Amino acid sequence: MMDGAAILDAPLLSARGITHSYGARIGCRDIDFDLWPGEVLGVVGESGSGKTTLLNCLSAQMMPSSGKLTYRLRTGDQADVYALTEAERRMLMRTDWGFVHQNPRDGLRMGVSAGANVGERLMAVGARHYGAIRDQVTDWLGRVEMDLERIDDLPSQFSGGMQQRVQIARNLVSGPRLVFMDEPTGGLDVSVQARLLDLLRGLTNDLGLSAVIVTHDLAVARLLSHRLMVMRRGEVVEQGLTDQVLDDPQHAYTQLLVSSVLQT
Amino acid sequence: MTQARTMTDGGYNFAYLDEQTKRMIRRAILKAVAIPGHQVPFGSREMPLPYGWGTGGIQVTASIIGLADVLKVIDQGADDTTNAVSIRRFFARTAGVATTQATEAATIIQTRHRIPETVLKDDQIIVYQVPIPEPLRWLEPREAETRKMHGLADYGVMHVKLYEDIATYGHIETSYDYPVLVNGRYLTAPSPIPKFDNPKMHEMAALQLFGAGREKRIYAIPPYTRVESLDFEDHPFAAQTWDARCAICGAGDSFLDEVITDDHGGSMFVCSDTDHCGRRVADGHRGDGE
Ligand SMILES: Nc1ncnc2c1ncn2[C@@H]1O[C@H](COP(=O)(O)OP(=O)(O)OP(=O)(O)O)[C@@H](O)[C@H]1O
Ligand SMILES: [Mg+2]
Repeated sequence: MMDGAAILDAPLLSARGITHSYGARIGCRDIDFDLWPGEVLGVVGESGSGKTTLLNCLSAQMMPSSGKLTYRLRTGDQADVYALTEAERRMLMRTDWGFVHQNPRDGLRMGVSAGANVGERLMAVGARHYGAIRDQVTDWLGRVEMDLERIDDLPSQFSGGMQQRVQIARNLVSGPRLVFMDEPTGGLDVSVQARLLDLLRGLTNDLGLSAVIVTHDLAVARLLSHRLMVMRRGEVVEQGLTDQVLDDPQHAYTQLLVSSVLQT
Repeated sequence: MTQARTMTDGGYNFAYLDEQTKRMIRRAILKAVAIPGHQVPFGSREMPLPYGWGTGGIQVTASIIGLADVLKVIDQGADDTTNAVSIRRFFARTAGVATTQATEAATIIQTRHRIPETVLKDDQIIVYQVPIPEPLRWLEPREAETRKMHGLADYGVMHVKLYEDIATYGHIETSYDYPVLVNGRYLTAPSPIPKFDNPKMHEMAALQLFGAGREKRIYAIPPYTRVESLDFEDHPFAAQTWDARCAICGAGDSFLDEVITDDHGGSMFVCSDTDHCGRRVADGHRGDGE
């Protein structure tokens, strides 16, 4: 968790009034929050509640209809994310940020090997020594507990859980400070899910990563996130420390959500 | 040298294309020369040859050729292959220009697959027939995205391909259409020439023009422009080399083709550039193949 000493004087990411509509339909509305260094924020809510929309806006994959997003750069400068140039935005996304998609196909290049997938970010920012790239790739595949024999295999030859591990390594290889994840364990078998969650928890802890994790699975939220935001119909109905929200929900919708999980 | 000074026949305009089309193509060429390595779209016309037969190169040649020009056409380094012969004949018929097989006698050289061994001069233009002008296409099918990547010089991903080569083969296996960075800015496909020819593109005295008919793109490398082949520090770019010499002329520094000589697996290596080889023989050089 966050202990006072590690916290610097400004949030890593600040969202204010993030609103996005698809024509007449609201995707998410008026979302405010601060994400502090080392903090993992969970976003939960039923299907269609706006979790993915919000995550895409926060990760600048999508431009919201309105709102402001501020990110504190390594230099300490505050970047107005939506005002960055395309080149600056790309640089940020491949160095300081990561994005783990629910479907590994959206986050991997299926046509090149696992190793090439993991090494891509390094090359994208100018690494030009094959041996050094290879070493880092090997290191990262090891850290996500991949069989190193498979380094030159195509992701299409991997199971879903393995693909997800490669996707995680591909993001973390650049040493990002902030990672966005959309249902990172969705679509996986329960046992595979559990191992992946362990891995994710270990990595975020060890690296002191900040993360925003979208999930509709409250068990995943409880395991990974320090703080929780509950969404309904595009709006945040409740937010707070994960344990507090889940053990003592204040909003009627959260109470329903928690109880329906307990029932299943 | 073959002289073919027949007048334009069949009611075509000089060099087949109408003047308005040529002007449009010349504008694209001028823009391409001004932005070395950048692909410029152009309104590619139907040509009386199928795509894959060099319609892009033919349109570029048709737009720049004048009565005083002397044209050489090569395919795989040779002047006498079907494709080279028919393109040469096409311009002899539609433009009535002189044609030649001698590299130094040509003012325009249209090529597929090779750059002549003879060093080109600053009063020559080499026109490449290009099938796939976009070097990023293999990993990014979306045109809007590749354009953005060029706009931002966002090329790191190109090394992924070279990485993959080394991971698979232990060295950079890509040996044709080996990607280059032009003038330190644009990532460019050299067309399917062997990487053996890549160093010739660097600071070449002649103007290099590239035409892709099906893809409707023209690009250019102006004379004396920096052309670097992508590589890794620990796997530097290296052109092909052979243990053999040309069996006909004895050349040890030209691009060699392996030619099967009998049914028993016998073969020999000969220059792919037939003009170069022939001239060396005329100068008295001999290989040990005959
Ligand atoms: N591309 C789109 N065009 C139009 N409406 C969209 C689009 N994407 C999402 N929406 C709508 O926006 C709302 C929020 O959708 P969103 O995908 O953000 O929800 P979610 O919480 O991620 O749902 P799920 O749990 O099913 O992934 C929904 O009403 C949805 O129908
Ligand atoms: Mg979603």
